[in-house]
Amino acid sequence: MALFNIFNIAGSGMSAESVRLNTVASNLANADSVSSSPTTAYKARYPVFQAIQSSLMSPGAAAGSMPAADAAVQVRGIVESTAAGTASYQPGNPLADANGYVYNSNVNVVEQMADMISASRSYQNDAQVLETSKSLMLDTLKIAQG
Amino acid sequence: MPLDLNAYLGIEPDALKVYSQRAEVLAANLANADTPGYQARDIDFRAALAAAGSRGDALQPAPAGAGELTLAPGGTESAPAAEGTVSTQQFLKYRVPLAPSLDGNTVDSQMEEAQFAQNTVRFQAAITFLQNRFSELTTAITGGQ
Repeated sequence: MALFNIFNIAGSGMSAESVRLNTVASNLANADSVSSSPTTAYKARYPVFQAIQSSLMSPGAAAGSMPAADAAVQVRGIVESTAAGTASYQPGNPLADANGYVYNSNVNVVEQMADMISASRSYQNDAQVLETSKSLMLDTLKIAQG
Repeated sequence: MPLDLNAYLGIEPDALKVYSQRAEVLAANLANADTPGYQARDIDFRAALAAAGSRGDALQPAPAGAGELTLAPGGTESAPAAEGTVSTQQFLKYRVPLAPSLDGNTVDSQMEEAQFAQNTVRFQAAITFLQNRFSELTTAITGGQ
């Protein structure tokens, strides 16, 4: 029954969005981390979402035809931002390099906050879909009970 | 007079199946709202229900009206569903995006939410019709006692 599949689909969406929230939390927590070299400075992390079809194609379907209806989400991987970080002159900092510079993370706090709101809204959408599907299934069970 | 339960229940059981499959497609759209390159889809409900209803039921869906979402043809045309089954795979169409985004994703979350809510209400309406049918039967069987 198609309604059962919704639990998997919405569940995968909630799981993916929670990974995204995790990366946001990690990025925000490390927004002020400094390092002694540009290569070891903290880089913002982002999840890469990808649609997966559990029943990929109906058997015998021609290439390029419509994939099956049930497209769940998976997190394909986590990538690090390649944006340049800033360096600041802090000779008193124990992490400072020979020239007295420490290297900041390249986390954009405003962007992370927007990402957090977006992830949270998507999570709420998926949760609402789950809730609605559950009540529809319970209603269906009660059809012939008068 | 024997009672043909399928004819008695009319198009509602078929409609329930199409509604539940449409709910699945819309849930997939919502789950992939942030997936780059994902193209939103929907079921051509009119065609799906017409195929389901053409098995002998008199009821047909209403003709196309204004204000409906446009769908682009997707996939290849295939034969109508076999007798007694409702397969909506052939009625899946890609949604024509209102505002395309740079990452190729064509899901409009608000639109999908609205469609999902509408689908839910129709699902519950179909269930209510079925419940009334069954309570009519119960009344007939018990003679209103």
